[in-house]
Amino acid sequence: MMELLNVNNLKVEFHRVEGIVKAVDGISYKLNKGESLGIVGESGSGKSVSVLSLLRLINRNGRIVDGEAIFLGKDLLKLNKEELRDIRGKDISIIFQNPMTSLNPIIRVGIQVIEPIIWHRLMKNEEARERAIELLERVGIPESPKRFLNYPLQFSGGMRQRVMIAMALACHPKLLIADEPTTALDVTIQAQIMELLQELKEEYGMSVIFITHDLSVATNFCDRIITMYAGKIVEEAPVEEILKTPLHPYTKGLLNSTLEIGSRGKKLVPIPGNPPNPTKHPSGCKFHPRCSFAMEICQREEPPLVNISENHRVACHLIKGESK
Amino acid sequence: MKPLLQTVDLKKYFPQGKRILKAVDGISIEIKEGETLGLVGESGCGKSTLGRTILKLLRPDGGKIFFEGKDITNLNDKEMKPYRKKMQIIFQDPLGSLNPQMTVGRIIEDPLIIHKIGTKKERRKRVEELLDMVGIGREFINSFPHEFSGGQQQRIGIARALALNPKFIVCDEPVSALDVSIQAQIIDLLEEIQQKMGISYLFIAHNLAVVEHISHKVAVMYLGKIVEYGDADKIFLNPIHPYTRALLKSVPKIPWDGQKQRFYSLKGELPSPIDLPKGCRFQTRCTEKKAICFEKEPELTEVEKNHFVSCHLVRTYRG
Repeated sequence: MMELLNVNNLKVEFHRVEGIVKAVDGISYKLNKGESLGIVGESGSGKSVSVLSLLRLINRNGRIVDGEAIFLGKDLLKLNKEELRDIRGKDISIIFQNPMTSLNPIIRVGIQVIEPIIWHRLMKNEEARERAIELLERVGIPESPKRFLNYPLQFSGGMRQRVMIAMALACHPKLLIADEPTTALDVTIQAQIMELLQELKEEYGMSVIFITHDLSVATNFCDRIITMYAGKIVEEAPVEEILKTPLHPYTKGLLNSTLEIGSRGKKLVPIPGNPPNPTKHPSGCKFHPRCSFAMEICQREEPPLVNISENHRVACHLIKGESK
Repeated sequence: MKPLLQTVDLKKYFPQGKRILKAVDGISIEIKEGETLGLVGESGCGKSTLGRTILKLLRPDGGKIFFEGKDITNLNDKEMKPYRKKMQIIFQDPLGSLNPQMTVGRIIEDPLIIHKIGTKKERRKRVEELLDMVGIGREFINSFPHEFSGGQQQRIGIARALALNPKFIVCDEPVSALDVSIQAQIIDLLEEIQQKMGISYLFIAHNLAVVEHISHKVAVMYLGKIVEYGDADKIFLNPIHPYTRALLKSVPKIPWDGQKQRFYSLKGELPSPIDLPKGCRFQTRCTEKKAICFEKEPELTEVEKNHFVSCHLVRTYRG
């Protein structure tokens, strides 16, 4: 399989008044062409930063300290601003969680959809306009020639997210990053958006990185899952494998705490405790204060991420694997 | 047993220029002591407006509200005050509903101060108890809301709602803004509190999986009306209204057997509540509609004991 993205030992830090936050603490992951990768974890686990930092879409107080990210032979982290702009919105595009704050409220929706096409000089204005109307129609916006002229405020949350998707697809990207695209939506609208993304993924043959805290969405959409905790990858495996034999107690906890229809009468099994304070990560394994299997060694030593089979990696003292 | 809370044909309308938005359009529900009613529907269906109207945070435009058997519909603010102690609310946005300039201790003490309960020392003791009870711990009494994670902030909101020993709490989407891993914690906590203190909840959510666990009864709401209502066991075992069934299907299931699903989605969005569809309100999105659905609005009818449905096709389902 062709490799599209290869991230190696990525480290991102944020400088805050309270101290340094190691948001992403040396993670490596790969993505193949046409593959959908799910990055799962709680708020503050570093799941968004581990992807958005590749396009330098992080706050000013954030800094990429180390690592490389090879995308189609080029290291994204070494590109200058101009070179990076050539990639953003064209080869790699993003849909964000909050479609209201990521659309400009005072610019007509159609113009925003065209923007990436015009910016990358892929088409003339008139042609681009037609393409935008086509795209709006494709993502399920009725009467798209009329709606082209509307402002974001005139759209519902679900419709705005459709506009975001049209914009992201405008230049036919090779990689689509979906950063919690349905978290702010109703379940019914979430299902609509996911159905649309599923269709478009196949139609466009794109690779997708899907960032979410909800495993019930990720396991139906993705081919492979990475679980992150406190800036580290704690487990990685194909979906089928992670559902059949989840190894890290945190992955198991996430799976068990997902609310599904049919839970009536069953006891809920929440993960105890809260995500760690980002400036004061615990010693040893960062998950140990919340882990019901924690041993003495877990407080002292951080477990390495080891391969336990060809495509299953885990970082836990309970699991013995061959060191990488 | 007499219901703790009852609404009869409750209405809340918002004038929009010359037209009227019927947010709550004739709703009758009952909640018994120590019971949870799960109220489910999409954004804009009027579920939060119903919750706020019940608490008289909004003035009803019709119908009645009974609390402990007493008609509280037309009580003025002063007459409502003793009832405010017994009826509380927890909000969706945990941080937005906590004053950022107050310490956690002061936030939880606030209702006690307003209702002039106890001395300073007694109030402090009560706040400490509450902090322990919701799993924050009394040592954090002087911290500020932003120092906590979303789940912990929601626990603080719960502690504040409990301060006055209420009998009834409206939980308005209390877990929608939280991580999946934390949602289960908060639901667990609310259930534990209910068992200990015998509180009744109106638990509002857009996701049926969230209310399934906690509810004794369920009401499914669509454009200001209830379309299905009854015992949770019956509704989850035998959902009848096409809308209820669509809501159930739209919750993704983890493909434990490795068989990934296509996402199932109800087509279209909630129509504008100002321009209600003719006949059955759900008709524009219903896949099973018949001619009658365009003409006549169906009524809520009992299909089995404690299970009500508002759909013209009910007869078909009953065979």
